[in-house]
Amino acid sequence: MKGPGTASSVRVVTLKINDHDVSARESESILEVARENGIRIPSLCQMDGLSIAGACRLCMVELKGSSRLLAGCATRVAEGMEVLTNTERLRKYRRMIVELLLAERNHVCSVCVSNGRCELQDLAFECGVDHVRFPYRSAVYQVDASHDWYRVDHNRCVLCLRCVRVCDEIEGAHTWDAMGRGINCQVVTDLKRPWGESDSCTGCGKCVQICPTGALVKHGTSAGEMEKDVHFLPYLSRMRHWE
Amino acid sequence: MHLDELADFAAEVRKEQQESKHCIRVCMAAGCQSSGAAAVLDGLKGQVDDDANVHVKGVGCMGLCAAGPLVEIESLEASSKTASSKTLYQKVTADDAEAIVDSLDAEPVERLRCSTDIPFFAWQKKVVLENSGIIDPEEIKEYIAADGYLGLVTALTELTPADVLREIKASGLRGRGGGGYLTGLKWSTVAKMPPGQKYVICNSDEGDPGAFMDRAVLESDPHRVLEGMVLAGYAVGADHGFVYIRAEYPLAIERLKKAIQQATRQGLLGKNICETRLSFDIEIRLGAGAFVCGEETALMASIEGSRGQPRPRPPYPAAYGLFGQPTLINNVETLANVPSIIRHGGDWFAAMGTERSKGTKVFALAGRIQNTGLIEVPMGITLRDIIETIGGGVPDGKTFKAVQTGGPSGGCIPEQFLDLPVDYDTLRDVGSIMGSGGMIVMDQSSSMVEVARYFMEFCMDESCGKCVPCRAGTDQMYHLLDKIVKEKATSRDLALLEELCDMVSATSLCGLGQTAPNPVLSTLRYFRQEYEEKLQDLAVAGSGQADLARADSSASETEETK
Repeated sequence: MKGPGTASSVRVVTLKINDHDVSARESESILEVARENGIRIPSLCQMDGLSIAGACRLCMVELKGSSRLLAGCATRVAEGMEVLTNTERLRKYRRMIVELLLAERNHVCSVCVSNGRCELQDLAFECGVDHVRFPYRSAVYQVDASHDWYRVDHNRCVLCLRCVRVCDEIEGAHTWDAMGRGINCQVVTDLKRPWGESDSCTGCGKCVQICPTGALVKHGTSAGEMEKDVHFLPYLSRMRHWE
Repeated sequence: MHLDELADFAAEVRKEQQESKHCIRVCMAAGCQSSGAAAVLDGLKGQVDDDANVHVKGVGCMGLCAAGPLVEIESLEASSKTASSKTLYQKVTADDAEAIVDSLDAEPVERLRCSTDIPFFAWQKKVVLENSGIIDPEEIKEYIAADGYLGLVTALTELTPADVLREIKASGLRGRGGGGYLTGLKWSTVAKMPPGQKYVICNSDEGDPGAFMDRAVLESDPHRVLEGMVLAGYAVGADHGFVYIRAEYPLAIERLKKAIQQATRQGLLGKNICETRLSFDIEIRLGAGAFVCGEETALMASIEGSRGQPRPRPPYPAAYGLFGQPTLINNVETLANVPSIIRHGGDWFAAMGTERSKGTKVFALAGRIQNTGLIEVPMGITLRDIIETIGGGVPDGKTFKAVQTGGPSGGCIPEQFLDLPVDYDTLRDVGSIMGSGGMIVMDQSSSMVEVARYFMEFCMDESCGKCVPCRAGTDQMYHLLDKIVKEKATSRDLALLEELCDMVSATSLCGLGQTAPNPVLSTLRYFRQEYEEKLQDLAVAGSGQADLARADSSASETEETK
């Protein structure tokens, strides 16, 4: 499915984001326009070049005069819109969402290969999560290190499903998918076979590069050593004329 | 089939029906079948043999499920050929068959009799259920004899799609699946999309605990839903329909399949219906037991063969629906109202109900109520009339405490609001929703915190796991509620629970998460005291010395265990 921002319309609208006047193509999402104008909206599951998931709910924004929140990534701009991206209410919700993510699985930064280069960690700083009020679930999750080059540690997965989308939409392999429901949801390779035994995986490593946390990493990395490079994605999507 | 052919066919069937003097109807819906109706039907058939005077048949739901298996006898009066008398028998077993058949031309069997003068029957107004418990759902001719498909054939031969739309708009019908969106508006949005491939979907993924309206309609009168779908297809310009039904309803699926076959054979479904240009096929798709697939975008994903997960809206299904095409999604009961509206006109329908909620509504009464079962009442009736008069009140001398409407998306309504009229807006104002029609009555013995925990557990289990607030939030809320029930929580936990409720409902991706906190919010609104009584700190502060002493000793115990 083509999400907002991928159609080829050239009508331009003007709107206000945090009382700044901005102009935008009608096909763009609120999140895209905010970024263009240097207005930071926290987000996790959205990635330029991938379809819209609307799953993390961090990029929720307010419209002036409406109590209903909208997902910035999944909502197209409209003429005269007055968007607020950083109200007290939104900050409170974002903080809780990051808290929920931290309490959901076992995120132990000090021993994580992505320590210092982790989007979840950055979000926690940004949203002011100095402690987590919810009890940690402390559920046991597996580590699958069967692949020759890569490893998946479900303890650190935030279920943004970027890996699922990049594998399906960019690499075309569809090795990754989600299984289970609710809190028991998990990403799997090839109908839950070990990653190393996957028939469909091409070993391209795109999933590893775009994983926001230390869930998907290269073998041979120690605490804080896993550096990720996501530049291939905007390049590929530009080359494919997605815009 | 043309109008006059349909009329001839109907008249022929009616004449055939009047040939037998007695008609014995046995409820063969899932409720009565589970209490042994199949054996009763066999027993009666065995007793009657080939007696041409007596016709025994299985029919759909008669409503009073609490008294099942139900058997109804309709006898033509000896004096006139048209007037008839009806006798209803309750809790019938196969052993009673002989007594019932023997009594046909004599006095009724008193010990089995169930009065039909009681408000449960007298106060109902039937539109969707007009044929339920009367016709054999497995015979298309019985539906046609009851004016079935008359609306469709009339529309196809005498009305334009715009006329059909106008009638639906005039009727003021609102979606019966819970949201209450205006059906006419939804239809006209799909109709206005450029011509091309469009779809009609009947949402039969009824999953609310305690709700069985859609199942009863599909089991009792499946052709009505098919007719509604074809009419919808004609009005919006779609040529393909899907019935998305949960696999937990095997009987409804079987009857629906049979109905599709029969309607296709009669030329009322398939290519060039009634020799007009309209073609409309209906396919059945089975759900695999996920509640979230009742959400329209997840439902479409499931039909497409993907994982049943919702996606952000807009784009709405009316613009970008199944396989990317404009799609109309309606609930079973909504579609079942359509044939009657086309047959009698939108104004006829709009004359029933209240200012903003027209027509009738089917409710499934469950829980601590005398007359468990299925009812259809005009909109605007009070909750008190439904629960105390029609439902017979709370049994065993207990007192009423609250009624839960709208399932896991709804809320609990306490005694003080029982005199409010039942319509979409009033119920929303008091913190609940109309929902699909489940009503669970609770008496004084129910703990409202446990009720809230039950529904939260349901939402936690049924969350698809896509968005964070619903996936992780329902889990945390369930555990907070569990802590409160087990009297291990403090007022800090309650405050956290309230914060979570606010966040989850404001930020979740689909209706499941957005409404998951409703049972907690409504019980907190009306029964906050029950929560506070269970909190460790508040219970201590608000009670006497004995409690203080107990709290002290428990505190020292925890010290020791540390």
